[in-house]
Amino acid sequence: MTDTAFDTTPAIDPAALKVSDEVAIEISNMNKWYGSFHVLRDIDLTVHRGERIVIAGPSGSGKSTMIRCINRLEEHQSGKIIVDGTELTSDLKNIDKIRSEVGMCFQHFNLFPHLTILENCTLAPIWVRKTPKKEAVETAMHFLEKVKIPDQANKYPGQLSGGQQQRVAIARSLCMKPRIMLFDEPTSALDPEMIKEVLDTMIELAQEGMTMICVTHEMGFARQVANRVIFMDQGQIVEQNEPEEFFNNPRSERTKLFLSQILGH
Amino acid sequence: MTTLTDPPAESFKLSMLVYDTRYRSITFQILALVAVLLLFGWLTMNTAQNLNDLGKEPSFSFLGESAGYDINQRLIDYSSQSTHLRAAFVGLLNTLLVAAMGCATATVIGVIVGVLRLSGNWLVARLMTVYVEMFRNVPVLMWIVLCMAILIEAMPPPSAFRGDDPDATMKLFDSVAITNRGVYIPEPLFSRSLGDFHVGAAFDVSINLIAILIVLGASIFVARGIARRADAKQEATGLRPRTWHTRLAVIVLPTVVLLAILGFHLGYPELKGFNFAGGTYMRNSLIALWLALSLYTAAFIAEIVRAGILAISSGQTEAAAALGLRNNRIMSLVVLPQAMRVIIPPLISQYLNLTKNSSLAIAVGYMDITGTLMGITLNQTGRELETVLLGMLVYLAISLIISGVMNWYNNRVKLVER
Ligand SMILES: Nc1ncnc2c1ncn2[C@@H]1O[C@H](COP(=O)(O)OP(=O)(O)OP(=O)(O)O)[C@@H](O)[C@H]1O
Ligand SMILES: [Mg+2]
Repeated sequence: MTDTAFDTTPAIDPAALKVSDEVAIEISNMNKWYGSFHVLRDIDLTVHRGERIVIAGPSGSGKSTMIRCINRLEEHQSGKIIVDGTELTSDLKNIDKIRSEVGMCFQHFNLFPHLTILENCTLAPIWVRKTPKKEAVETAMHFLEKVKIPDQANKYPGQLSGGQQQRVAIARSLCMKPRIMLFDEPTSALDPEMIKEVLDTMIELAQEGMTMICVTHEMGFARQVANRVIFMDQGQIVEQNEPEEFFNNPRSERTKLFLSQILGH
Repeated sequence: MTTLTDPPAESFKLSMLVYDTRYRSITFQILALVAVLLLFGWLTMNTAQNLNDLGKEPSFSFLGESAGYDINQRLIDYSSQSTHLRAAFVGLLNTLLVAAMGCATATVIGVIVGVLRLSGNWLVARLMTVYVEMFRNVPVLMWIVLCMAILIEAMPPPSAFRGDDPDATMKLFDSVAITNRGVYIPEPLFSRSLGDFHVGAAFDVSINLIAILIVLGASIFVARGIARRADAKQEATGLRPRTWHTRLAVIVLPTVVLLAILGFHLGYPELKGFNFAGGTYMRNSLIALWLALSLYTAAFIAEIVRAGILAISSGQTEAAAALGLRNNRIMSLVVLPQAMRVIIPPLISQYLNLTKNSSLAIAVGYMDITGTLMGITLNQTGRELETVLLGMLVYLAISLIISGVMNWYNNRVKLVER
């Protein structure tokens, strides 16, 4: 992957963005197995409110699995995950509470193809938050304007380009007013010219102080937006650091190898 | 007149009929049509010739003759003096009745079983698998006969309802009696009749019924108009007037008033002597056929529903779950509406199968179109060709209507793609 998508984006200063002391997510000593396969080993991670974290690592290293554990799309088997003060257990109430505070965007957008863009955005607020329809529509239009596609509101997902679909997916998550956003390779399925429009949307989110955890290979995005880059390999967090340090002085051999492959030199 | 963009005119050559893609398919379709017409013409002439030789000229005049047999389950008036045509019509209505009831219940059971088969609960999923395998691997005829046998053996005879301390009692506030002859239920009655409307010489349709249907239809039309006005207002001002209560009133009130004017009341079944009188009833043959057809077809529908659900990618479920929707909502709001597109085409053929399988009614003595027209009427009049042709035409018409309606529905819910 390259950082070319960022050449034209006005630079922001990651240091200027506020990170509070308040803990948003705390993962301690978390393990997960698929059958006998140990996918996640002793994961320890504390995320403060307002942090923008980028997770990188080779394919199959468990990046997706880890962030999917945070909203219980995957179940962890040992250790603790505490999101916004609520511990993830098999208790449905806790899961509901956490899911309504944590938004997620997927590689393949996963918009609902039988619903219009607007209906995609109002579905969860109406059925989960019990928002009156009119209010839900207003909120949806607000966020659709924010991702710059209000004029597509009455189309169906199949009629939009990939970049537009991913921005709708972001708007759909935002309609639930989440305090934390998870992104799992949001730009990997997109053509280069569409990557920028999605990343721009994400940068804007970051500037507004959203807590973000983002699995991505867009190293330009990591340099520009992240306050911390995490490198995972074989189910472990191998290294984490500020972007500059991470890219310029990687400590472990595995990180160096990965960076040399991904940056193409 | 030719414009600049027109291609240069091409002279037509005979070989283009075969080699030019513009004409090729038309040529072959015409050839095939001619061949089929010739074949049919030859078959018809041949049959007519043979029947002539036997001294049996094809004729449908038997339909006007008196049928001379009784039908014990019927939706319209009929007696043994009625014509064969009317007997056939009673049979047709019986076929439609069991087919409609069967399709409805089979769909409900099928969807529930199909969803439960995918449930995380091991026991429930296994039980549903057992149900599906049991029903779809045994011929439906056996299920029909078995249901009949169970109903006859397990239900109390009407005499059990007699006496001061009866062995059996009526259910639902003394309005329903379940016996080994059938189920007796209240019937709708009118104390004032507007008379009958004569269709041809043979059929009378109650004007009460027509009046009710017209009033109901008109009310629904008006209610939809109100809803459309509300839509328009919402679009213009952003505020939607609250109209559901006026709409409900518009639909319900006129019909209720009309029912009151016509003196609508229920006639309850009552034990008179050795049997129930009053009310209306479903014979065991109808119930057995309905049950067996529903359960049998539901097993197939369950498989179709399961396949349809599995065809929806797990990404859809995950996205919905990540938004905080619970499992039952994910199923009803996200998965099933999409699965419908995969489910409907095979569902159509299950409806058609059920309708055609209903001709097995003859095994339990339920008088459907097969039992009347192609059963007793055929035996009495010896008109094999005519009755079978008519019967086939009837089933063909029913099937075409079912697929027409379902295809229309399928087109309406199709996904919008680019
Ligand atoms: N449902 C599953 N059952 C068994 N193994 C699984 C399952 N899901 C993932 N795995 C395995 O777990 C490991 C981690 O998968 P994960 O999807 O988290 O990797 P990733 O880091 O996101 O990779 P990528 O960059 O390719 O998306 C992989 O080896 C994968 O094969
Ligand atoms: Mg992944």
